[in-house]
Formats: sequence, C-alpha cells, structure tokens
Amino acid sequence: MDPGLTAEDRTDRENTRRNWLLSLPALVVMGLFASLPMVVMGVYSFLTPGKYGNVEWVFSTDGWTGLFLTRDIFDGTLGWADAHLTILWRTIRLSLLTTLITFVVGFPTAWFIATRPARSRAIWLFLITIPFWTNLLIRTFAINEVIRNEGLINTVLITLGVITTPLQMIYTDGAMLAGMTYVYLPLMVLPLFAVMDRFDMRLLEAAYDLYASRRKVLTHVLLPILRPGIVAGCVLVFIPSLGAYVIPRVLGGGKNMMLGNLIELQFGQGRNWPLGAALSIFLAVIVFAALILFLRTSTQKDAR
Amino acid sequence: MSEIAVEAKNAVKAFGQGATALRALNDVSVQIRKGEFFTLLGPSGCGKTTLLRLIAGFEAPTSGTILLDGTDITHLPPNRRPVNTVFQSYALFPHLTVAQNVGFGLQMQGKPKAEVAATVARMLALVKLDALAARKTSQLSGGQQQRVALARALAPQPKVLLLDEPLSALDLKLRKEMQVELKRLQTETGITFVFVTHDQEEALTMSDRIGVMSGGKILQIGAPREIYTRPVNRFVADFIGETNFLSATLSNGQAALAGGATFPAPAGHGAVTLAVRPEYVRLTAPGSDNAMTVTVTNVVYFGTDNHVYTTLADGTEIVARLQSGIDTGSVPSVGATVGVTFAPGSVQVLED
Repeated sequence: MDPGLTAEDRTDRENTRRNWLLSLPALVVMGLFASLPMVVMGVYSFLTPGKYGNVEWVFSTDGWTGLFLTRDIFDGTLGWADAHLTILWRTIRLSLLTTLITFVVGFPTAWFIATRPARSRAIWLFLITIPFWTNLLIRTFAINEVIRNEGLINTVLITLGVITTPLQMIYTDGAMLAGMTYVYLPLMVLPLFAVMDRFDMRLLEAAYDLYASRRKVLTHVLLPILRPGIVAGCVLVFIPSLGAYVIPRVLGGGKNMMLGNLIELQFGQGRNWPLGAALSIFLAVIVFAALILFLRTSTQKDAR
Repeated sequence: MSEIAVEAKNAVKAFGQGATALRALNDVSVQIRKGEFFTLLGPSGCGKTTLLRLIAGFEAPTSGTILLDGTDITHLPPNRRPVNTVFQSYALFPHLTVAQNVGFGLQMQGKPKAEVAATVARMLALVKLDALAARKTSQLSGGQQQRVALARALAPQPKVLLLDEPLSALDLKLRKEMQVELKRLQTETGITFVFVTHDQEEALTMSDRIGVMSGGKILQIGAPREIYTRPVNRFVADFIGETNFLSATLSNGQAALAGGATFPAPAGHGAVTLAVRPEYVRLTAPGSDNAMTVTVTNVVYFGTDNHVYTTLADGTEIVARLQSGIDTGSVPSVGATVGVTFAPGSVQVLED
C-alpha cells in the first residue's frame, strides 16, 4: 500500500470502492435494461425498414426525417407530417393539462389530508392508494364502461329523457384527459402531502402577523416551502403522461393517438422500426429535457 | 397618568358551543400602558396565550373589545395590526436567510429595498447577530434563533410586541441571559412588551407590571413587589413564590390558630386564611415572646438558603427559610423543638 497515504485517504478509497460494489447490481440492471435498449434503438433509427417488420442493415436517415416530414407519394417532395405534429402537440398539451388539473385538484386534497388529526390522516391516505390495487388496464376499461356511448352515463341520461342521442364522450381528447387525470392524481397528492405534513402551520400565522396578506402568505411562504413537493408531483405526473399508452389506446380509440401509440404503431402494423426507434429516442429526449427543466426551477429558487 | 397602549374590555373567548363551551377567557379587562413590560403570568390553560392571540388578531373574541391606542381593532386581521409576535417555537421561515427573515415584515409592508436593508442591519446589530445575516435559520442555535425571532418582530417597529413564552425552549443559563437581553431591548426600543409566561421568576425579574391569570380570569394586576408581598388571594400567593397558609380566627389584632397558638396579626374579624412567606418566618428559642412552639421535621439545603420544615402540635406545617451565610449558625437539626415568630407586617390576610 502507498505509504504516502494517510489512514483517512485509505478509508476514503475503501469507501469509494465499497460504494461502487454496492451499486453494481443496480448499474448492471440499468445498463442491461435501460441503456442497452436505448443504444439498440439509436442504431435501429439509422437503418432501413424491412418488408415484414424488423430492419435491413442499410444506413438511412429516413427514420429521423420521418419524425416530422413526409415524402409525397406522387412527386416525392418533402412536406410536414401533419399527423405526427398533431400527435406530438396532443401529447404535450394533454400532459401539461393533466399536470395542471392534478395540481389544482391535488393541492387542496393533500392540504385537507395534511390538516386532519393524525388518526384520520392515515385513513385518508389509505383511501388515496386504493386505486393502485387495481390494474391500470382494468381501471381504464372501467372508465370506458362509464363514458362510452352505451355506457352508464349515456344510458342513465337517455332513460331519464335528458338527451335522445348519446353524448360523444369516449374517443375524445377530453376522455383521455379525464382518464389521465384520474390515474395520475395520487402521484400528485402523495408528494404534496409529504411536504405539507412536514410544514409548520405556525409559519402561516407568523407571516400573517408580519403584514403579509393572505395572497402573499401563499406566494411568499407556503408555495416556496412546499416547492420540492410541487416539483416532485409535477415530475411524477408530467413524465408518465408523456409516455402514456394504455389510456389513449382505450379512451382515445385508434384515431386520437399520443406519442406512445404512434411508436407502437410503427413497430406493429406500420412496419417501420427505424421511425419507431427515432420516435422513441425523441420522446426520451423530451422527457429528459422536461426533467432538467423541473429540477432547475427547484434548485434555482433554493439558491435564492 | 400614563397612556394606554392596549386594552381588553370584557373579553370573552369560548371554544365550542352551548353548555359544553370552554371559556378560555372569562370576562377579562386589562389596560397595558405605553412603554411598559407587562407580563401575563399563570399556569398552562389559564387563558394567557388566548389573550395574547386576541391582541395579535389570530383569534376573534366571542364578545368584548380589544383596543390599540384607543382604536377598536377587535375585527382587524393580524396583517393590519401594528402588533408583532415572538412565537414560542420561533416560527422562523426555513426558506429564507437570517436577514430575509428579519426583513420579511418590512418587505410585506412594501418598504423600499434600501430602507429594509438598513433596518435589517440595525436590528441584527441590536440582537448581536450581524455576523450571521446570510445564514439559513436551520444553521443557528436555539438562542440565536430566538434572537432572529426577536429582531424579526421588532424590525417593523410595532406599537406592541407580544412574546409567547419565548424563553421556555432555552436551557437555564441561556434563559437568564435572554431575560437580561429582553429587558435591555425593551428599554432601548421603548416598545410596549406583552410577555406571556408560566415562570414566576421570569415574571418577577423582568416585568414592570404582572397580571396573574387563572381559569380564564385575571386575578391580580400589579408591580412584581406588590404581587409578591400583597397577593390578593390564595391562588396568587401559592403560584408566586412559596407561602405558609394558616387558617386562623382574628380578633383584637391577634390571630388564633385551631390548635390554640396565637400571634399578632392585622386587624380583622372572624375566620380567615393567613399567608406568610417562609423568609419572614423567624426561628427563636422555644418559649420566647409571642413565639409558637414547633418541632423541626426536615431541613432542606438549597445552597443559597435552608428550608426548615416545622409542625405545630396540631400538625399545621410552617416552613422557614434561613439564608446561608447570615443564618448558618442558627439552622436547627431535625427533631429539635424551636420557637417560631413572624416578622412584623409580614402576615397577609387573603380574600378567600
């Protein structure tokens, strides 16, 4: 062993080595099941689609140009791929709206739970977790049962004579938004509750005492202190929303796709694996960018 | 006649409804003078904190009025009252630095930045925390947090500063330091302090006047000396300091105890409760003038003094306090028979 090293240096080194060893299983899993597939996707995105799916090992950038551009089948000129842009815009719009609605609904909900006495608080939290007991697919089909044309709401309204023809609720953006809001709401409530639970309610009185109006108590004390939970809740809702697949599939029908469905289409009926791969990486980049953005807003305010 | 800073008129605060309602404050009226250090003293649950919260505006009285400088502020929200509070738990803002905490009130009042900065610097100097202005409050010790809380509440120069047991979380030595510090701040700023505590010693050492509270009522208001030497009733006498209570019958300037012993007492007539502080109890040779004969049952050494527990023949207990240094030679041993007299003028007749 190097005699120039102090005992402290040596233990530091040992610690570093032990930490690496301890995180090795996680690193292996991440490497095998996260990084490697991304690399495969990256390679596939630059290949040529095979006739019956799969790829041919011929270099091509068509997968990437196909993201937003499409070649006219008659004259071969490039134009905007309107369908893809619509899907991209719908994905981002619905994800943002889902985040906003879950926040607006989740904030008072979490506040309500956090301000209950300790005993009933546990019961309320338990109630929040109940939806997790049921498979996502089943819950989504349950919503389908409720809102489809022959579903619960329409049947009741028609029987009561309120309407004569069924309301078109299923297979709309609204249906997808409702489904995503329902499914992701607990992911907003739980981190919000976590920060509210630790929040010292006397700080509100202190701010109120120090000439802060109710609005300023909210903007200068409550929201800044709750910010970590707000950011966590938004990340937990926005990011899975971007990749939503089951909900748009069941509630949006075949036409109102989101990015996840578009990707699936390329690997299935579309038989365009390179385009699917390019779309996958593109989605991953959006997710990553969103994550960095969220994290930056939370650290920036902390450093203030 | 000094001016009145805060006044509560017939303030009642009931929690709950109807017959089960708990009266935290039961018809309390008090006038707190400008520039004085006024202490609300009482055991927990006596209503002292509730009264403070009524003055701060966190609660509205069920009935009665709160006046500030003669203006009715009963229904004014806390952010529109020129009154600030130092909370028991300090309630410092964890997301702000020490300086931002101190400047919060001024910032909310919309004061220009330069003025805020200048006042913050002055306040931090006042509480001797200039060096820590940029720290987060979580990096401070309990005593330092206490000072930040004080500076924060003083910075907007309130007409009245309310302090809700601010020293109870500190250890004894720090508490003594802060008592001196608080008194100094009060003198330097000239702001009216309303201080809430259950610690009678704290109340006696710092206050200009004390209001002793129990069961939602103010029992006695007066200067510390007055409260200590002339308690109006058994509760006040018992709560503040130690007291010997004697049931006696008065007649012709003499008090007769049930057991037959007599001693000089204030004028009065009939059955009363008398109070004598242990430091006014004198031990003499048995059988001397006016002395009652007692037996020493216990002697407890406190460093600065000795408490000598004695009983009369009928079992009535009388405690004497002998100061170390002066009375050291006269501390009797347990089982000894001694005489007991009370210093002239030290016997109080209590209301109840």
